[in-house]
This record gives sequence, C-alpha cells and structure tokens, in this order.
Amino acid sequence: MNPAGSNTTEPSASIVFNDVSKYYGEVLGVSHVHLSIPPGVTSLVGPNGSGKTTLMNLLTGLIRPTRGTVSVIGLSPSRPEEFFREVGYCTQFDSFPRGLTGYQFLAAYLAVAGFSPAEVNQLAGEALERAGLLDAANRKIAGYSKGMRQRIKLAQAMAHNPRVLVLDEPLNGLDPLARAETLTLFRTFAQQGRFLMISTQVLHEVDLVADHVILLSQGTVVAEGKIHEVRSEIRDQPLQILIHCDRPRALASRLFDSGDAVEARLHPDGGSVLVKTRDADRFYLQLNRIALDGIEIESVAPADDDVISVYDYLINSEDSSS
Amino acid sequence: MMPAQLRSKLWRAQIWAVLRLEWKKSFLPRRGLWIYILAIAPVVIFAAGSAFNASKNLPVDAGENARMFAGIFQFFFLRFAVFFGCAGIFMNLFRGEMLDKSLHYYFLAPVRREVLLAGKYLAGLLASSLIFCASVTLQIIVLNARLNSVALQEYLFHGRGLAAFAAYLGVTFMACLGYGGVFLAIGVVFRNGLIPAALVLAWETINSVLPPVLQRVSVIYYLKSLCPLQASAITLQHHSLLTLFSLNVPMASGPVAFVALAALTGVLLGFAGWRLREMEIDYGIE
Repeated sequence: MNPAGSNTTEPSASIVFNDVSKYYGEVLGVSHVHLSIPPGVTSLVGPNGSGKTTLMNLLTGLIRPTRGTVSVIGLSPSRPEEFFREVGYCTQFDSFPRGLTGYQFLAAYLAVAGFSPAEVNQLAGEALERAGLLDAANRKIAGYSKGMRQRIKLAQAMAHNPRVLVLDEPLNGLDPLARAETLTLFRTFAQQGRFLMISTQVLHEVDLVADHVILLSQGTVVAEGKIHEVRSEIRDQPLQILIHCDRPRALASRLFDSGDAVEARLHPDGGSVLVKTRDADRFYLQLNRIALDGIEIESVAPADDDVISVYDYLINSEDSSS
Repeated sequence: MMPAQLRSKLWRAQIWAVLRLEWKKSFLPRRGLWIYILAIAPVVIFAAGSAFNASKNLPVDAGENARMFAGIFQFFFLRFAVFFGCAGIFMNLFRGEMLDKSLHYYFLAPVRREVLLAGKYLAGLLASSLIFCASVTLQIIVLNARLNSVALQEYLFHGRGLAAFAAYLGVTFMACLGYGGVFLAIGVVFRNGLIPAALVLAWETINSVLPPVLQRVSVIYYLKSLCPLQASAITLQHHSLLTLFSLNVPMASGPVAFVALAALTGVLLGFAGWRLREMEIDYGIE
C-alpha cells in the first residue's frame, strides 16, 4: 500500500488531496486523505457510506473541505471559471433542469460555459453521438429511460472535452451493451493521457479498465496504487497463483515439498494447480527450476491480483473484524 | 490570465446564456400561479369598482381615478403584490434549483458564481417586471375604461396621465429591482427564507411609523418617494387603517431615491455573490 502522499508526481500533473477532511457537523465524511493521483483510470472502491461521493464532491468543489486542500492539475475548485474548463463531473443525482430536450440540455450548459453558438452546436452534436443519443436528441429528457438519462449525464460531463473526468457510479442503469461501449469510451479517454476517476460498486468492471485503485472504508483511504502493487503489500494474505501444466499432481507435490507454497490444490478443471505463497519472488524462481526439470508449464497467472480480491481482503475482512 | 476585454465579453455571453435558460422558469415558476393572482387582483378590484359605478350611473373623474389608483398602488400593489411576487420569484432562483436537485449543473460549469448570480437575477427581474408592469398597464386601462375619448385624451396628453403612467411603470420596475435584491440574498443565505421574508414584510409594514432615519433603511420608503402622487397626501385621514401606514415624513427626491434603491440592490447582490462562492451542494438536507 502506498503511504499517504508517497507519490512524487508534480502537483500540476496530478490530482492532489492534501490532508483533506470533511465533517458534516459531527458526522465524518472523509478523514485525513492524502492522495496524489496520476493520469489514467483511477477507481474509487468502497462500500456504501465509505466516502466515495464525498471525495468526488470535494474534488470538484461541490462541497468544501473542513481542513486540507484539493488541487487538480494545478487548479483549485474554488475558481470554477478556470477549473471546469479542464474538469467534467457526472454526479449520481438523477435530476435535470425541467422541460429540456437532450440537445437543449447539452447546448444550454455549453453556452453557459461561454462557447460560441457554432461551438455549442458542434460540441453538443459530438457529445450526443458519443452517447448514442442522436435519435433522441429532440425528445424531452423527462421521457428518457434510466439508461438514457445516465448516458445524457455522461455526455454532458464530457461535452467540453475535459482533461479530467470524474464519474460517480457511471455504469448505473446501463444495459450490458451500453456498459461495454462506455468502458471502451473510458479506455480511449484515458489512453489520451487524461484523468478518469470512477466510483463503482461493480468490481469486475473496475478491473477491466482501472490503472489505479483507491480503496475507501469509513471515510479513510485503506489502500491506493496500482492494483497488483496494492495486492503484493497485503502480506497477511498469501498470494494465489493459478498454474496450467501437463502434470498438475506432480507440480503440486514438488511445490509443496520445496516449502515455497503454503498451500497447493488441484483445480477442479483437472489441468491446473492453485497455489498459495507468501513469497512470490522465491516461488517464481522455484517454478523455473521445476519447469527445467521437465514439467511443462502452459501458463502462470495471479488468481487474486484483482480488485475483487483486494476489496475482499482489505474491506470485507475489516468489516467482519469490527 | 484572460485580458479584461475578453473576460468582460465572456461574462456577457455567460450572463446571456444563464438568462435564456432561466427566464422561462422565472416567468412560469412551478407552483407560481399565485403570483399571477396577486398581479391580477388589483385589476379585478378596479374592474369590479368600475362595473359597480357603471351600474349606478356614477360619474367618472380622471382625477379621482388617479387618487384611487395611487392608494391601491402604494398600499396593496407595492407592499403585497410586488413584495410577495418577488419573494416567490427571486427566493426560488437558487433555493428552487436546490429543491429540484439541478443546481449542481451550474456549479460544475466554468462560470464565476457572481456571473451566475447576475444572470439569474436579470432573469428574475425580467420576469417580475413584465408580470407587474403588465398588471399596472391593465389596472390603468380598466380604471379609465369609462372615460370618454375626449376626457381620456385630455387626461393622458394634456394632464399628467401619461407621465404618471410612465412613472408607475418605473416605480414598479424599481420595486422588482429592490425587492428582487432582497429576496435573492435571502434565498442564497437562508435555507428556509420564510422567516426572514416575514421579518422584511414586518419591517416594510411598520416603516411609516418608524423614526425618519430608520425609514430610510427600507425599500418602500424610496418607492413611495418615486410615486407621482403621495397616498398620504390624499384623503386618507378618514381611513383609520390606512393612516397607520402614512405618517408624514419628508420623501427623498427622485434621483436620491433612484440611486439609493440601486445602491441597496448592489450591496445586497454583492453580499449574495460573496455567500454564493461558499455555497455547497448538499441536496440531502434540503
């Protein structure tokens, strides 16, 4: 786990939370958050009430920190006129200004941002196309389905081509096809060197796109960093590795005898072994030696190097122990 | 840093964009039918009075009409209709969006909050001025409907009729300007604006019996100063309830009243803008 503020990325090239706390009266929102988030897709993961939305609202200035400061690529949310030229935020609120069509909704807020009528028309059109809502552009939003409302919100947050995009539960209400398309959109966005911060409860979808993960529990950051780095730092849980080979029984026996595996189980598929080890480096060296001795290794892959496992180890175990 | 000229151009464009988005909402506010009822009430009163006089074949007198209008204008229209109408329109500019959970779209746009406030205020001012100036126009038409064309032309073009009509429109606009500033500030500062609005109403109502210095700390004092006819100078001494509100205190001159109302509005909007910069989106506790 990265200790607080350990990332040395320049503040002007990252999203920085500097000792940020937020209290609602006596109720804790988030406490002592130190983060330095680089470009790419960052996932905020945590159970309900863990502080994900509070953190996003703090990042975008919808609420002010009780203490500490927030800076996004060198900009402060207290200066919205500069800040929101570079930042877009799709909130969880499923509400819209009354009486507007999809196009009017996008165009109105692009005009408020100061774009010329020609730019408004072009950007709104592009955003509608990206969201797959061109056909519904002239229909009132009040008549949209939940999925369409979610897509028009996403389109609005992205319409001005921000460098930083913050999305609170962006996949809510989307059907499987729209989810896949949206995830592809996120990947493309992040590949352009931009920042994408997502909160979601659908962990396997986070795994598909996230470069970094921030795990929150009860208002505090439990872990943050690249997912495999976070996993490797969880030392009280042995790393699980799935090995496909031609002789799984022999491999399991050799690994167990070597002492580098704390557990080796034959996988139900019959062609692989699930191994648990506390020292991955020594384990891989040993595996190389075994391979040279004649067991044919087809593939080696971490079995719990994902958000779901990390979440399980860090948050579910915390919940059950408290 | 953006050059001042470009910045000013951007702000104008942004105010215009907010105004376009807001004016319909202000003109046809949700649950805002009562505002139109308030605006139309004096028209109905004059129409009823006119019908009663016609049924009794009572004579019509433009001068008497002007005095009657002045009384209704100062004691009902300004103090109640415009007052509550502006409360309904301006207090909801921000608080209404908070209740609708749509204010965050503005707060997430690259626009200074003061610019947003200016756009919303102008939308409210446009709507309230249109509604209440239309009411004044209808009131004067209905009130003078029984005048024959010669008497009407005499009153309008050779008497003070047209000038008085223009002045009443101006006072109505200034009332929307002043009360708009008051209620916009209340809407930004207070979560529930009803109690502060009631306090303002009480202050404006007892204003006439306050010491002269305190009378000047109000909107109604300057509005009365701008009126072409002083209701207190009319034959109100026989109306005990109305005399309660009409102690004779020297009125401000027209320019002083105009500048004072504009300055009061400027101060209130400045304060609201400052508070708006600190406003957070927290729909959960609305």
